[in-house]
Amino acid sequence: MTDHALTSELGALSYDPAPESAGIARLQPSYGLFLNGKFTAPSAHEQFASLNPATEETLATVALASAADVDAAVASARRAYTKVWSKTTGAERAKYLYRIARLIQERSRELAVVETLDNGKPIRESRDVDIPLAAAHFFYYAGWADKLEHAGFGPNPQPVGVAGQIIPWNFPLLMAAWKLAPALAAGNTCVLKPAETTPLSALILAEIFQQAGLPDGVVNIVTGDGTTGAALVDHPGVDKIAFTGSTEVGRLIQERVAGTAKRLTLELGGKGANIVFEDAPIDEVIEGIIDGIFFNQGHVCCAGSRLLVQESVADEVLRRLLRRVDQLRVGDPMDKNTDVGAINSAAQLERIRDLTAFGEQEGATRYTSACDLPDKGYWFAPTVFADVTQSHRIARDEIFGPVLSVLSFRTPEEAVAKANNSKYGLACGVWSEKGSRTLWVAQRLRAGVIWANTYNKFDPTSPFGGVRESGFGREGGRHGLEAYLNV
Amino acid sequence: MVDARDRGVLVPAVISVPLIHNEDELRRYVDALSGVDAVGVESRVAKLGTRSLKKSTKLRAIDLAISMVDLTTLEGADTQGRVTSLCTKAMRPDPSDPSVPAAAAVCVYPDLVAHARRVLGDSPVAVASVATAFPSGRASLAVKLLDVQDAVEAGADEIDMVIDRGAFLAGRWGLVFDEIVAVKAVCGGAHLKVILETGELVTYDNVKRASWIAMLAGADFIKTSTGKVGVNATLPVALVMLEAARDFAEVSGRLVGVKVAGGIRTTKDALKYLVLVNETAGGTWLTPEYFRFGASSLLNDLLMQRLKQRTGAYIRPDEFSGD
Amino acid sequence: MSERLDVKKTYKLVVNGAFPRSESGRSYEVATANGKFLANVAQASRKDLRDAIVAARAAQGKWWGATAYNRGQVLYRWAEMAESRRNELVEQVQWCEGLKKKEAQLSVGRAIDRIVWYAGWTDKVTQVLGGANPVAGPFFNFSLPVPSGVIGVVAPQESSLEGFVEAVAAPLCVGNTVVALASELRPTPAIVLAEMTATSDFPGGVLNVLTGITGELVSHLAMHEDVDGLDLTGSAELADELARLAAGSIKRVYRPRLNDEENPLRRLRTFVETSTVWHTIGQ
Repeated sequence: MTDHALTSELGALSYDPAPESAGIARLQPSYGLFLNGKFTAPSAHEQFASLNPATEETLATVALASAADVDAAVASARRAYTKVWSKTTGAERAKYLYRIARLIQERSRELAVVETLDNGKPIRESRDVDIPLAAAHFFYYAGWADKLEHAGFGPNPQPVGVAGQIIPWNFPLLMAAWKLAPALAAGNTCVLKPAETTPLSALILAEIFQQAGLPDGVVNIVTGDGTTGAALVDHPGVDKIAFTGSTEVGRLIQERVAGTAKRLTLELGGKGANIVFEDAPIDEVIEGIIDGIFFNQGHVCCAGSRLLVQESVADEVLRRLLRRVDQLRVGDPMDKNTDVGAINSAAQLERIRDLTAFGEQEGATRYTSACDLPDKGYWFAPTVFADVTQSHRIARDEIFGPVLSVLSFRTPEEAVAKANNSKYGLACGVWSEKGSRTLWVAQRLRAGVIWANTYNKFDPTSPFGGVRESGFGREGGRHGLEAYLNV
Repeated sequence: MVDARDRGVLVPAVISVPLIHNEDELRRYVDALSGVDAVGVESRVAKLGTRSLKKSTKLRAIDLAISMVDLTTLEGADTQGRVTSLCTKAMRPDPSDPSVPAAAAVCVYPDLVAHARRVLGDSPVAVASVATAFPSGRASLAVKLLDVQDAVEAGADEIDMVIDRGAFLAGRWGLVFDEIVAVKAVCGGAHLKVILETGELVTYDNVKRASWIAMLAGADFIKTSTGKVGVNATLPVALVMLEAARDFAEVSGRLVGVKVAGGIRTTKDALKYLVLVNETAGGTWLTPEYFRFGASSLLNDLLMQRLKQRTGAYIRPDEFSGD
Repeated sequence: MSERLDVKKTYKLVVNGAFPRSESGRSYEVATANGKFLANVAQASRKDLRDAIVAARAAQGKWWGATAYNRGQVLYRWAEMAESRRNELVEQVQWCEGLKKKEAQLSVGRAIDRIVWYAGWTDKVTQVLGGANPVAGPFFNFSLPVPSGVIGVVAPQESSLEGFVEAVAAPLCVGNTVVALASELRPTPAIVLAEMTATSDFPGGVLNVLTGITGELVSHLAMHEDVDGLDLTGSAELADELARLAAGSIKRVYRPRLNDEENPLRRLRTFVETSTVWHTIGQ
């Protein structure tokens, strides 16, 4: 047996391109708003382009909803609430939501392609994560619509009324499902404002509402930019605002809503600590770290963007991690073998570059994946900073990109202290084979979601949300109904 | 910007594997290995299962898989005639197409080794023999060693032994280790594959430990299964074994191959295994020297897929020999 | 020109995903509510019952082992099938219960909606019936509802479809498998609905339905030790005796009560067990 070189060329079998077909998307060249069950004429509105971040090409143009448009949408939602939806029994609401869930399943491939083209995430993720979870979310909440008296909120909980919902660009369809499904199940009507850079899957969802026969005005969709969102937040005809996005914008919204009667829930940013103890299952923990920060290009509020590794295994973990990072396939999101896709926009790419530059300035050791990046489009190579401490900006500020900061700790207490040393509190990970310690740590972490020996797992039955400046309110589970009931 | 390699962080781990003198030392070393999270392994396997191999990648992978097949017959009813058919097929899987690579080996019972050797002559197809009271391994060490000796003297190039699963599950790892060492000693020039019978070990932790015990004891290959029990090769088990082989190579400098056997019937399955190898242990293991499929009907499915890739049409199974 | 002669339906048992006749070869006549001949329906024997229980037991691990989401999908698909074949069910209910078409349509609509209601429970029961418990010590303690196992159901004698759905969907949605004895005089709506499990991704053995003479079969069901729970709704005057027989293996027994309308979850709760886990918390 001869001894070969020990560098065993991971990925030696190179994969030919395996592209998904963009033609499945069937996009229109331009879209109006979805008001009162119908699409308005595109020509009635100022239009703006939605780009494919992997190629910088225009996919379609969508309407920029004005304050008047927002007003019309809220009025439509109010009418639908008063005349139709508040008179629809829970069992009937359930059946509409079941139809919607089924239609999402039926059109899943089309939705996955649209999502990937518009967002830049790999088709494998849209196909295997985003779309199935969106359908599951509608299925789950459909089942609550006629069971509200069993949800622990009293014998006859009532809806709030008209909900204004503003969603981010990182999981466009899934975030729409997270907002709409519980709201509709609880008996509310909605005005949804998709993110500026990712409006398209919401518009396909509107087609699905039509196919499901959802009564006019129960859901209205106003595409647009920050001004559209502000108009919705400020509208006196809205009973409840739900916002997912940056803590920065969340503060502004909370300020504007203060003093009004509007209910508010916020799901904001995070700087998740992924805590690795010395007895963690070594190969699975590497995958978990990767999943934690490079899944969805790091555009995840609950990303495990801080790796807290026990000092006794820090070198070994880092060594294996870097070997694995080099193996990540970065490129065409429409290729089925791509692991990491494009950054969603030029603006986000610039933010990531700016924040990452701090890392080097502050003296952390930077490792960049050896991957090739395409010429066109917005790309950032997976990056790891080692020798990071809590006083570094890259350990405190949310970068929202494929950048990991690695810190170390000695004892469980120290791990907890470092993990909690943040104004955020959305999610954490804990890796250990010792159950009692995992539970001890979990009990002490200030976070709304704690993953043990896994990361970035979502389920419609499992409540998600943050503490402190990561927001308040929960989405998913029985708890997710609370925001949409007058309780 | 500091390049990772400049920092020397990608240099293999410093720990070197010690010589094992007794069961205590073996226990300490193997117990210090980290555990395996079942959910994590299975979800990694599921994700890697979505890799899409098209066109030239697929053709290359099919040919690679063919060259990695240990064409196997291990039935009580085996005869010389059966073995002749098998050997002929292994040497020339598709008589109408000489560009199809030969299989890596044939795998038979010890008393048919001499005949297989005769039929294969000096072709590059190796003769692998099962031994050590295959498949159960339930016999005295003396009998098991004689079994190996017979096969070696009859001309076997490779020996596929079974570990004592009873001893492993009873925690008698020293016994398992010693038996492998003893078998290796009588193998002479033949390379030794150690069958862990992962279906009987059940947990991934056990598969990892048994893999390390076998490699520390001198195995040239670690193999999943005899193919004779309810649960044979599975992708998660193969992943655990490939990770073990990769890590062992780093600490010992010695390369140990991995063989998956039993229940692998389709090209689709075989390609999933190759993806695992590719993205875990890497290119060094992507040769018949370090990766094998123990299979029988798999070969015809590989041939069918190969022909389909070239002609574009689904092929009638009778196009190929039923051997 | 004469009218086309129709092909008459043979009603069989539903056992283990297959549709066998009774192993006894027997059948009995079932008439419509108006007294007209409807069909010779299989008269199940205690051996059929035994086989059905074996099938239900074998299927239970797989049914409970599936995710709650998956169970919900299967039950919802059953509703889809029932909806698409609702005309057949309407006809059955008209024949068996003597309802006018309009009433029968409303009844079938309610039955389908009930399946949908139960489909939505599969992934919520745990949240409503389970939870963490704040014990006075360093332990993580949580209680979860797990299904009792195999439930024997004596379906209501009068409500041949709605009542049947209520009695079987409740135990199914929490992860039990079911052996149901259909109404003796009005068995065919249950059989037709059970046939639809074949196209709803139900694993074989999850829902088994036997037709036959109730009095012949129920005591065997009540005494069979490998049945974990018993719904005696359709056993009329035999109920007390059967409840006593069920005591022999400490079965969980469900019998109708006057306040059932206010407690829609009672059936569901009867056929789950609460399993509580303690795990230490410490460094």
